[in-house]
Amino acid sequence: MPRPPRIGVLYSRVRVEEKWIFAAMERRGVDYERLDDRRVYFDVDHPEPWLQFDAILERSLSYTDGLCALRVLNAWGIPTVNTAGVAETCGDKLATSAALRQAQVPQPRAVLAFTRESALQAIEALGYPVVLKPVVGSWGRLLAKINDRDAAEAVLEHKATLGSVKDSVFYIQEYIAKPGRDIRAFVMGDRVITAIYRVSEHWITNTARGAAGEVCPVTPLLESMCLAAADAVGGGVLAIDLIEHPERGLLVNEVNHTMEFHTTQPICGIDIADLIAQYVLAVSRGRV
Amino acid sequence: MNNGTCPECAADVPLASGVEVGEILVCPECGVDLEVTGLDPATVVLAPMEEEDWGE
Repeated sequence: MPRPPRIGVLYSRVRVEEKWIFAAMERRGVDYERLDDRRVYFDVDHPEPWLQFDAILERSLSYTDGLCALRVLNAWGIPTVNTAGVAETCGDKLATSAALRQAQVPQPRAVLAFTRESALQAIEALGYPVVLKPVVGSWGRLLAKINDRDAAEAVLEHKATLGSVKDSVFYIQEYIAKPGRDIRAFVMGDRVITAIYRVSEHWITNTARGAAGEVCPVTPLLESMCLAAADAVGGGVLAIDLIEHPERGLLVNEVNHTMEFHTTQPICGIDIADLIAQYVLAVSRGRV
Repeated sequence: MNNGTCPECAADVPLASGVEVGEILVCPECGVDLEVTGLDPATVVLAPMEEEDWGE
């Protein structure tokens, strides 16, 4: 009789989500180990300590740390949720845009530029307002809505002068007048399990920035767009952020690969943590 | 009660039942973020500051 799968959960902090995931693992009697990413290391030529795991769920707070861990784990042949390839695409807004474009998934217009001069030119071509975003970043951090040329010149100069080299990769997105909300939908494999509206009077509608959650019906259109977006980035356990454009309809704005769900789970009454645990188990058994 | 001590202001930091190692608490007196590092005895340290690549 084959032994039951052994699961690793790589994490940084025990947030509400991790508590729920651990609790779900325990309720299901899963043989799992908590792996604090600050206390582990990966000896590239000696994977033996890690080969005990049939799958690893990556929940690192740091995109960089999580991605590095996934690269090594996947190189060792250890299944992970999500894969390094998915994390690489989702954690980088430009890579996400490119993947969505390749899959013909509707998204907001986005422009890439490498100098202040070309960025300003691109902004003027897009038309004000625009949104300047860091290529890597989350929780609505360092987003800048630029309403006019004065603001554009100032923000571009500040980023180029005060930032690091990567802050001179300018990711510029059209500003969309959302109806006071955006949509976050949760995908597990080939299913959209639930969705919420994130409602805020602020143009940034991240729950990390105070937006409130409300149940959003999963329409056939929303479902098909989310599955297409998930497929475009490589699939797995994902949270898709969508914007309702007044004329162009639903647009996929971002795809998150280590999503938070402390707002969604109580509102929707769906045990997302348990579904994640089930998904990781399925991955460990080679069923995904 | 099993209390930790805030390293910032020396306040007593009570650990509610169900708290786990690795959780973040807010010091009831000075408001600093604290990470739980032990339950028995209760120990807390200053939580790491948010980094630019943190998120979901």
